Amino acid sequence: MQIVIFDGVAYGMLLFLIGVGLSITMGLMNFVNLAHGTFAMVGGYTASALMNRFGVGFFPSLAAAFVAAASAGAVLEFFLYRRLYRAHPLDQVLLSIGIVFVSVAVFTYFFGPTMQPFTLPPILDGRVSLLGFEVGRYRLFLILCGVLVLACLLLVLGKTRYGAMVRAAVDNQRVAGGTGIHVQRLFFLTFSLGCGLAGLGGALSLGMLGLEPSFPLKYLVYFLIVVCVGGAGTITGPFVAALLVGVIDVAGKYYLPEAGAFLIYVVMIIMLLVRPNGIIPRKGLA
Amino acid sequence: MNPITVSPARLRAVEVVFWLALGTSFFLLPDKLTLMSQIMIFGLFAVSLDMALGYAGILTVGHAAFFGAGAYAAGLLAKHGWNEPFSGLLLALLVCTALGYVLSYLVVRGADLTRLMITIGVCVLLTELANRLTPITGGSDGLQGVTIAPVFGAFEFDLFGRTAFVYAYCIVLVMFLGVRLVLRSPFGLTLRGIHDSRRRMLAIGSPVDARLRMAYALSAGVAGVAGALLAQTTQFVGLESISFNRSAEVMIILVLGGTGRLYGGLIGAIIYMLVHDWFANLNPEFWMFWLGIFLIAAVMLGRGGVMGALSRFVKIGRAS
Repeated sequence: MQIVIFDGVAYGMLLFLIGVGLSITMGLMNFVNLAHGTFAMVGGYTASALMNRFGVGFFPSLAAAFVAAASAGAVLEFFLYRRLYRAHPLDQVLLSIGIVFVSVAVFTYFFGPTMQPFTLPPILDGRVSLLGFEVGRYRLFLILCGVLVLACLLLVLGKTRYGAMVRAAVDNQRVAGGTGIHVQRLFFLTFSLGCGLAGLGGALSLGMLGLEPSFPLKYLVYFLIVVCVGGAGTITGPFVAALLVGVIDVAGKYYLPEAGAFLIYVVMIIMLLVRPNGIIPRKGLA
Repeated sequence: MNPITVSPARLRAVEVVFWLALGTSFFLLPDKLTLMSQIMIFGLFAVSLDMALGYAGILTVGHAAFFGAGAYAAGLLAKHGWNEPFSGLLLALLVCTALGYVLSYLVVRGADLTRLMITIGVCVLLTELANRLTPITGGSDGLQGVTIAPVFGAFEFDLFGRTAFVYAYCIVLVMFLGVRLVLRSPFGLTLRGIHDSRRRMLAIGSPVDARLRMAYALSAGVAGVAGALLAQTTQFVGLESISFNRSAEVMIILVLGGTGRLYGGLIGAIIYMLVHDWFANLNPEFWMFWLGIFLIAAVMLGRGGVMGALSRFVKIGRAS
């Protein structure tokens, strides 16, 4: 059972890595972006192509995935998302669905519809003994990554001037703009950062979830659950929600295989009824 | 370009012509009757979504939950012995209205984002449920063995889709007139008021949440009837009729035609299904690609779909 929980935590960390960017952009820009999985996919395919076709190592590929996804996010923000910040949520939903469709089609065309092959680097392969249990190294690495990213984000948001600006804009955009914060540039940077994190998560998911062109659609619901149940706009909210989702999903599929993914959807609906603004809502909403 | 003014009487004539034109496709397009039936069924589905989205203002990308629920309800009823087609429709209407009413308590509360999530969540939850209950629903193979008795005991459902077309046409017309009646009634005006300014409606004492719940429930019922029609005319219920993809597709159809306008769903369905049929031989990836491009363009450029564009050129009233 400990292994199941460990696997669940690792899966949750992966969802956190991809979802935290979505939480920040949803909380900051109030933009319903269903295309977040696309940026994760961009990162994943970048890493996969670099590793499989060019023989680049695992860790440099991770960095490249981050950069590629962040650039993709920056470009799309500049040309498309920027014009719809004040638009009706329906328009935002449609734009993001359009981006998802286009990205799925493009990646199917270039990479084919099958899952990308992935070989673990030797340092992450195998098992290691932790507190008396044999745990997979790759999953341990995922958990470490997740915790590291959490710590970094909390540091950046809590202790830097940039972080203070982001927090101000999340709390009250209009007043933040009034104090002289360049909100547009903030959005641009934060959106790119969020997409970069998603790309990193996508590259890491190569070994655990498998990457195929329908990735954004398949896992869309999971990212949205993590953000909405956790609380859009916070970092710790999605972290808690991701752990919850990861553990419940893995444990549910292990102990009740007939129920499948059913369990997590029921939990989501219950959580949204009990706390409609998320487990850890952002200030001003609770 | 100056807008043309059209008097209400002439508008009614245009509507009659529209429906007659649809009906005459029975004679003019005898090979494409199945396609025409599907166009009308999806048109009705889009009109039902419009009730929730365009009129009540409830952002939902999970309406296929009701479409699929209606389809499965009618299909299961037929499969387990009671083949009469109208009872299937009635059952779907009742089941989906009830389901919509129960779910409306989840949906008509909280912010837009939570609502969106709950609708998506319910849709995928029902998809997963249908997938898992394979002995009942047939799972990913779909519900097979659905045979429908002849309409009125006389008109059998034939291979060419003739009975199916007339059946679907009549039911869609009746349901459309019903929806129109509801939307032009004082209830419909309340919805429009809520859409324009919720706060003022509350101020004049209108029970906003109760009205929205009723609108959602009715919209669910109509979607269920559309689903039942599909099940009965194709004699099959697949898992994709309840899936998220179907929800996204009907939303695209509605946006293409124009939200908040009575005929938006129908126009959108006609254009979408015809274009889809035309490009049917295309690789599915290419279809998805162009669909995505169209969506992005529609959002960035167009406002209000086909009906919105029409409304800029045609005004209703007395010619001066």
